[in-house]
Amino acid sequence: MTSNSLLQITFYMVSLLVLIKPLGWYMARIYEDEPVVLNRLLAPVEKLIYRLSGVNPKQEMRWTDYAIALLIFNLLGTLAVFALQRLQADLPFNPQNLPAVSPDSSFNTAVSFATNTNWQGYSGEVTMSYLTQMLGLTVQNFVSAAAGMATLVALIRGFVRRKADIIGNFWVDLTRSILYILLPLSLILALVLVGQGVVQTFSPHQTVSLIETVSYEQPKLGADGQALKDAGGAPVMETVEVKEQVVAVGPAASQVAIKQLGTNGGGFFNVNSAHPLENPTPLSNFLEMLSILLIPGALCYTFGMMVGDTRQGWAILAAMTLILVALIFVVVPAEQTGNPALAALSVDQSASVSQSGGNMEGKETRFGITNSALWAAATTAASNGSVNSMHDSFTPIGGLVPMWLMQLGEVIYGGVGSGLYGMIMFAIVAVFVSGLMIGRTPEYLGKKIEAYEMKMAAITILIPPLVVLGGTALAVMIDVGKSSVFNPGAHGFSEVLYAFSSAGNNNGSAFGGLSANTPLYNTLLGLAMLFSRYWLAVPVLAIAGSLAAKKIVPTGPGTLPTHTPLFVTLLIGTVLLVGALTFIPALALGPVVEHLQMIGAR
Amino acid sequence: MIKHLKPAVILFVILTVLTGVIYPAVVTGLAHLLFPNQAGGSLITNSEGKSTGSRLIGQPFSNPGHFWGRPSATGPFPYNAGASSGSNLGPTNPALVDAVKARVQALKAADPDNKAPVPVDLITASGSGLDPHISPAAADYQVNRVAKARNMDPQKISDLIDANTESRQWWLLGEPRVNVLTLNLALDAIH
Repeated sequence: MTSNSLLQITFYMVSLLVLIKPLGWYMARIYEDEPVVLNRLLAPVEKLIYRLSGVNPKQEMRWTDYAIALLIFNLLGTLAVFALQRLQADLPFNPQNLPAVSPDSSFNTAVSFATNTNWQGYSGEVTMSYLTQMLGLTVQNFVSAAAGMATLVALIRGFVRRKADIIGNFWVDLTRSILYILLPLSLILALVLVGQGVVQTFSPHQTVSLIETVSYEQPKLGADGQALKDAGGAPVMETVEVKEQVVAVGPAASQVAIKQLGTNGGGFFNVNSAHPLENPTPLSNFLEMLSILLIPGALCYTFGMMVGDTRQGWAILAAMTLILVALIFVVVPAEQTGNPALAALSVDQSASVSQSGGNMEGKETRFGITNSALWAAATTAASNGSVNSMHDSFTPIGGLVPMWLMQLGEVIYGGVGSGLYGMIMFAIVAVFVSGLMIGRTPEYLGKKIEAYEMKMAAITILIPPLVVLGGTALAVMIDVGKSSVFNPGAHGFSEVLYAFSSAGNNNGSAFGGLSANTPLYNTLLGLAMLFSRYWLAVPVLAIAGSLAAKKIVPTGPGTLPTHTPLFVTLLIGTVLLVGALTFIPALALGPVVEHLQMIGAR
Repeated sequence: MIKHLKPAVILFVILTVLTGVIYPAVVTGLAHLLFPNQAGGSLITNSEGKSTGSRLIGQPFSNPGHFWGRPSATGPFPYNAGASSGSNLGPTNPALVDAVKARVQALKAADPDNKAPVPVDLITASGSGLDPHISPAAADYQVNRVAKARNMDPQKISDLIDANTESRQWWLLGEPRVNVLTLNLALDAIH
C-alpha cells in the first residue's frame, strides 16, 4: 500500500467519525420531537401532511399496528413501481421512447427498491424512462430508507419505555425521517454533485460528433427483420460506421444523492457510480462514499442518546468500525497487488507517482485502486450496493471481502436503520451467550432478555444465511441457473453466491457478469429480498413490543456492562463467528479456490 | 388493517409528489441556474457551436497520431455512451489474458521501438467503458508514437500532456489523470 493510499483511507474514516456525533444528535432530536432549526420552515408542511392524510401524530401504535402500517405502505410502493414500469411506454417523460419492462424484471425491481436493496437486473439508461426513475425509483429510495429508520426508532423506544404497549406512530416516524433528515441532506448533496459534473436534466440523450469514426460488423437484416444467411448458411455481415456518440443523460444527481444517503445504491446508469456522469471526480467520489456510511454510523449516536447513555452507541459503533477497518486493509492490498496472470505479458502493475498500478480491470483511472477498493468495502459494509468499479473483475480475495461483508448480515454499519437494528439483534445474542457463561439472566439496557426475545433474535440472524445458501444451492443445481454464469470455473460459482448474498441481505451490489435479468433469477432474487427484509423487520418490531412492556431492571453487581471494550469484543466475536461458521464452506468453493488457482498458476 | 389503508394511500401520494416530483424539479431548476454546463452533461462546443463531445465521456481512438484511451467493453462498439458497461471478466478468466495480450501487441505494433512495459490502465477495460482518463504513465508511454506520427517535438507533446493533466483533488483525493479527449482536441488544434 502506498502512503497516499493510507492517507486517503485515514481522511475518509476521520471525516466519517467526526460527522457522526452532530448528525446523530440532530436525528435524536427529530425522533424525540425536540425543536430544531428546520422547524420554522418544515413544521407547517409536516402539519399539512398529517391533516391531509388523516393522521393523528399524537396517537401511537402497538407493535402489531406499526408492523401492519409498514407492510401496507411497502406493498403500495411495490405495486406503484411495478405499474410504472409496465406502463412507462404510454406515460410522459420518456424521451427515448423506451418500451414497457418485462413482468418478471418489473417484479424484481419493484421489490428491490421497496426493500431498500436496489439490486438491478436491468441497465438503467436503456430500460427506465425518466418518469419511472423519478416517480418510481427515487421515491422508493426515500421511503424505503425512512421505513428502515422508523423500524429502528420503534425498537429503541422498546428499550426506553417501561410497561408500555405502544412504540410510536409509523406515519410520523416515516414522514419526519424524510422531511427533516433525508430530503435536506439529499438536496445539498445533489447540488454539490452537479457542481462536480453529475448530470441533471430532463433533456433527451445528447448526440455529439466523434473525433475518430469507428466501425463494427453486425448481421445484416432482411426486410422481414430476420438475419440474412448466405448460401453456406453463415450470416451475412454488414459494416456499420459510427460517426456520432449518443451520450445518455437524465435527472441523475437527484437520484444519486438519495441512493447514497439512504443506503439504496441503485444507479441511474448501468455501471452505477463508475459512470463519469454519475460520479465524475475524486471529490464527488469522496462525498458519495461518505454518504454511504454517514446515516448508519450517526444512528449509533442517536441510539445512545435516546437510551440515555451515549456510551452504548459508541460501543456498537466501535465494533462496526473495527471490523470495517480490518477488512479495508485486506481488500486494498489485494487489489493493489494486481493480477499475476498479467505479470508475464510486459505489463507494468506497480504503483508509482504517475499511475496507481494494481488490478485495473473494471476500475476507473480517476479512482485508481484505493478509492475503488475502499468503496467496495464501504458499499457492502453498509447495505448500499452502489459500485464505482466492477466487483466481478476484482482479485479473488478482493472480491471475497465485499461478499463476506454482506454475509455478515449487513450489520457493519448496514442499511439506514436496518443495519443498527440488525446489530442490536447480535448484541442481544451476545448478552445471552455471556449470560449463559456467567450464570445470570441476560439483560440489555435494563431489559431482561428472555425466551421470546431470543427466539425472535435467532430468527433475524438465521433467515439471511438460509436464503443465501438455499438460493445459491438451488440456482447452481439447475441448468437455467448455471447458464446465466459468465466467468468460467470457481469464479462462476462466486457470481451466483455473490448475487444471493446481495439479495439475501438487501445489499444490491453485484458481480455484474451474471446475467440476472432472467425469469429464474428475477423471481428467486426477488423472493430473497422480500424474505430478508420483512422476516427481519417484523420480528424486530415484535421484540420492540415485548421489551416496551417490561419494567426496567436496575443495574446491579451481576449486570454485564455493555459499553466496555470487553463487550465490544464479545459483540465482534458473535458477528464474526456466525458469519464465518455459516459461510466458510461456500466461500471455500468460490473465492478461496480461485485464489489458490491464481497464485498456483504462476 | 382497513384503518391503516387510508393514511397509507394518501401519505404515499403526498410523499411521491414531494420526493418524486418537487425534489427532482427543484434540483434540476437550481442545477441549471448554478451549473448550466455540468447539469447538461459537460458538453464541449467548438467554434461553430457544434458539440464535439463531453469533457467527462471518453471517445474511441486508434489513430497513431492520437492518444489512445482505456480499452472499452461497451457494445456493439467501444465508448458507446448510450449503454455503459464494464467487461466483468474475472481475474482468472483466460479471455482476460487473451484480450490483454492482444492490446499489448497492438500497442507494440504501433510503436515497435518502445520496449518499456505497458502501464496497466492502458490495457485493461475501464469500469464504465467510458473512462475519459488515462494515467500520466499511460500518456508518457505514447509520447514517442504520437510525436512520430505527427512529426512533432516530443517535448511539445509532453507539455500538452501536462496541460491536460489533473492532479489529485485537494492534493489528496483520487489519482492523477490525463483527459484523453481534451488532449487530442488540443493536438488537433495545432495541426
